[in-house]
Amino acid sequence: MRLREAFESGKFALTAEVAPPKGTDLSHVMEEVEVFKGRVHGVNVTDLQSSVMKMGSLTVCHLIKDKGVEPVFQVTCRDRNRLALQSDLLNASALGIENVLCLTGDYTTLGDHPQAKPVFDLDSVQLLQAAVKLQNGEDMAGEKLEGNPKFFLGAVVNPGADPLEPQLIKMEKKIKAGAQFFQTQAVYDPSIFERFMKEASKFKVPVMLGIVMLKSAGMAKYMNENVAGVFVPDALIAEMKETPKEDRPKKSVEICARLIKEMKDMCQGVHLMPLGWGKHVPAILDAVGL
Amino acid sequence: MIIQEQKPFDEILQSLEGEEKIFLVGCSLCATTCQVGGEDQLKEMEGKLKEKGKTITGWIVLDPACQAVEVKKKFRERKEEIEKADSILVMACGGGAQSVRENAERIKMNKIVHPGVNTLFQGEIIRGGHFEERCSLCAECVLEQTGGICPITRCTKGLLNGPCGGSSNGKCEVDPERDCGWDLIYKRLKEIGQLEKMSELREAKDYSKLMKPRTLILEGDKK
Ligand code: SF4
Ligand code: SF4
Repeated sequence: MRLREAFESGKFALTAEVAPPKGTDLSHVMEEVEVFKGRVHGVNVTDLQSSVMKMGSLTVCHLIKDKGVEPVFQVTCRDRNRLALQSDLLNASALGIENVLCLTGDYTTLGDHPQAKPVFDLDSVQLLQAAVKLQNGEDMAGEKLEGNPKFFLGAVVNPGADPLEPQLIKMEKKIKAGAQFFQTQAVYDPSIFERFMKEASKFKVPVMLGIVMLKSAGMAKYMNENVAGVFVPDALIAEMKETPKEDRPKKSVEICARLIKEMKDMCQGVHLMPLGWGKHVPAILDAVGL
Repeated sequence: MIIQEQKPFDEILQSLEGEEKIFLVGCSLCATTCQVGGEDQLKEMEGKLKEKGKTITGWIVLDPACQAVEVKKKFRERKEEIEKADSILVMACGGGAQSVRENAERIKMNKIVHPGVNTLFQGEIIRGGHFEERCSLCAECVLEQTGGICPITRCTKGLLNGPCGGSSNGKCEVDPERDCGWDLIYKRLKEIGQLEKMSELREAKDYSKLMKPRTLILEGDKK
């Protein structure tokens, strides 16, 4: 079942994320995708995540689609101007890629090429608008297209942002601009998600809860300090800390499953970000009966 | 105000290699405020260059360096000292350095011109020697829509439709010391009862207006 159909039929939607390699060796990505196959409705492919130079999202989307997995093409505004962004949306359409997740993108200095020129010609809202325009048969300049693409457009939102109101205002703008579903930043505290969903559910657009697999206490602390709007409660950090290294994947699976159980009734799906621990994703889904 | 800082002295020295006699040029406005091209700094530069075996044929603080008439007038007055020099070191912004080169050339005082400062940004003087960038000269001011706080400049990514996911507790994802421009805008709009402006969809910017080099000629000055 495709992602769009999952939402339309009211099924609880599942997506997982893979990151393209730095280099040409796709074996790890393909192994993970094999594991996800049949278990999720879509697989996100990140676009130079954290501004680190890697193989592109579009190519990997195409390759995993060939393996029978539905890709979610992540597109950021950091590296391409409006010419290249619109062109890549047409490229995606030509390759039969329908799901597009529109993001602003991390700032260049956060990555491994801090000297790069940041683009940000468009922002995520304007990118959504551009995609909708293309669907309607014209480009941003108002020029007619020969053949229109068709997309299922996603966007992101950060439930842990403080203050939350500006995030909600932007979320609503993204919907006005054309967003048909949302994937959230990682959430580890159900009360934060509840506070967010109380407001966000008014928009009546499906929201997928973002879950990043915790790998260690150190990683959790790192996220608390460095990732905006992500808050791992002390109790979870302690749980990871007490767990010996070899048992951590199991512990992480248990925590993810627990979080999903606690929050799944508040939302329409889950987006799993295993950060290389893709082989443990089925165990999470088994544990929650999805 | 054009905010600028002096180039590392070693870099300046390197650019003067093979030249012995130097004429120094400063500027009475921004370069003086930024303490790179005022009288004091020119004297200091004179001393440092002399130590390295250079001869300073003279120096002048233009008022200002970016004005054609001023450069031509003062250069004619100081012709002798300038003609003696192998080159001119300009302790003023990049615009000033080019205005000096261009206008000296126009009055046939064709000299090699070296830039002595790095030009940083158009900024506000917060106090004394503390400067901050507030405007990126974007040619289409949107302050009316953003509570008088510039999203092009105060938001690191120059976003027009609100904060990115990296905004947290009023700070920007790139640096916990840096205010998130959109957090400032949000708070200001809320304070002045104009939060609805944040909900309006903003079109992508027209970058054709930023095609370089830009020129403005007022009606009365058009030929
Ligand atoms: S919007 Fe910002 S950059 Fe543009 S003119 Fe106004 S203050 Fe300057
Ligand atoms: S955190 Fe705020 S200032 Fe920084 S890029 Fe995002 S919106 Fe702009």
